[in-house]
Amino acid sequence: MAPLSFGKEPGVRFAVSKMNNSEWPLWEVFIRSKQGLDHKHVGSLHAADAAMAMQNARDVYTRRLEGVSIWVVESKHIHASNPDEAAEFFDPAADKVYRHPTFYDVPDSIKHM
Amino acid sequence: METLAPDLTPEEQFQARIDADIRIEPKDWMPDAYRKTLIRQISQHAHSELVGMLPEGNWITRAPSLKRKSILLAKVQDEAGHGLYLYSAAETLGTSRDQMLADLHSGKAKYSSIFNYPTLSWADMGCVGWLVDGAAILNQVPLCRTSYGPYARAMVRVCKEESFHQRQGFEIMQTLCEGAPVQKEMAQEALNRWWWPTLMMFGPKDSESPNTAQSMNWRIKRFTNDELRQKFVDMMVPQAEFLGLTVPDPAVKWNEERQAYDFGEVNWEEFWSVVKGNGLCNHDRLQARVQAHEEGAWVREAALAHAAKRKAREAVAA
Repeated sequence: MAPLSFGKEPGVRFAVSKMNNSEWPLWEVFIRSKQGLDHKHVGSLHAADAAMAMQNARDVYTRRLEGVSIWVVESKHIHASNPDEAAEFFDPAADKVYRHPTFYDVPDSIKHM
Repeated sequence: METLAPDLTPEEQFQARIDADIRIEPKDWMPDAYRKTLIRQISQHAHSELVGMLPEGNWITRAPSLKRKSILLAKVQDEAGHGLYLYSAAETLGTSRDQMLADLHSGKAKYSSIFNYPTLSWADMGCVGWLVDGAAILNQVPLCRTSYGPYARAMVRVCKEESFHQRQGFEIMQTLCEGAPVQKEMAQEALNRWWWPTLMMFGPKDSESPNTAQSMNWRIKRFTNDELRQKFVDMMVPQAEFLGLTVPDPAVKWNEERQAYDFGEVNWEEFWSVVKGNGLCNHDRLQARVQAHEEGAWVREAALAHAAKRKAREAVAA
């Protein structure tokens, strides 16, 4: 880790005091286990920045080669649907059973459908 | 997505979800008492993992072979990871890492009393893995179905990793018991010291556990303390017999009628005494944690400084 040099980079001292709160930000971790499958949310961790979050995610969540790919996202950047409004929000899909293949009667003699 | 009878109160709706085994997630409405008891339970579970690194950390530099040192290191790393999963789960309920650590360091928050016992010989590493992790597994497998989603998911991950812990402990015991007489004696001596404290891990007996009823009602807890304690004895006695060791309880006896082992009474005085802070290592464990936190402050500050410097450098380069 390179020492701080205030002479060359005058912005650094200000940047340090800005981030000098007691807690590192919270990150959500997503891991993909094999190529072609999706990233799954596995948990969260605290880290000072994305690079550190990535290393920590590897150390905490892939000790047994659980992942070939890691995404880390600061928790504040995740927007979630409101569970209290879930009923209305997801209502449009509730009465459209015809979107499912099982709704359709295909004659037995028809193959490949 | 169903709304269970919208004319019920929030409490009634919440209980209906619990009774239907529908998971409660962080943004869902929950009674204050549910939130509080979960924060307490999950954070204390997390603290137990971290403090649990200490009795085994004691033997890393003294493991009898390089392979056993690597394995012990991997186990202790796992405990750190388990603590982290649990702190993350607790944070979803609205507490902070700083707050939880402050409560641990001040003595306000508890951790599992088993870790207030010292590890005196290499055989203790066997007992800790075999008995203590074994007891933890019995407690944690049902928690995979606990009502609070993040806690349950953390437990699924923990349980996958915990089974190697128990096997490595048993393997240590087996090697000692199949070795020289002095090794087998060491194994027996360690079992004599760890058996009863492990039984105490399951908590007070049901009749003296006021929290159990509410915990079961909210499906946080799926089995009572006594149920788990009985299961543990039934599992372990045959394993001790296989090793050629004697469980230090003369009252252990197979009961044909119950299809379970009868066993003696736990020393509840010792249990409460250790819980209240008078165990052999309470002071040392807490001191080690506080020292680690204080001596690590420069690392936390350096990480922030490094991140800030990297950010400033990237801004200049852009």
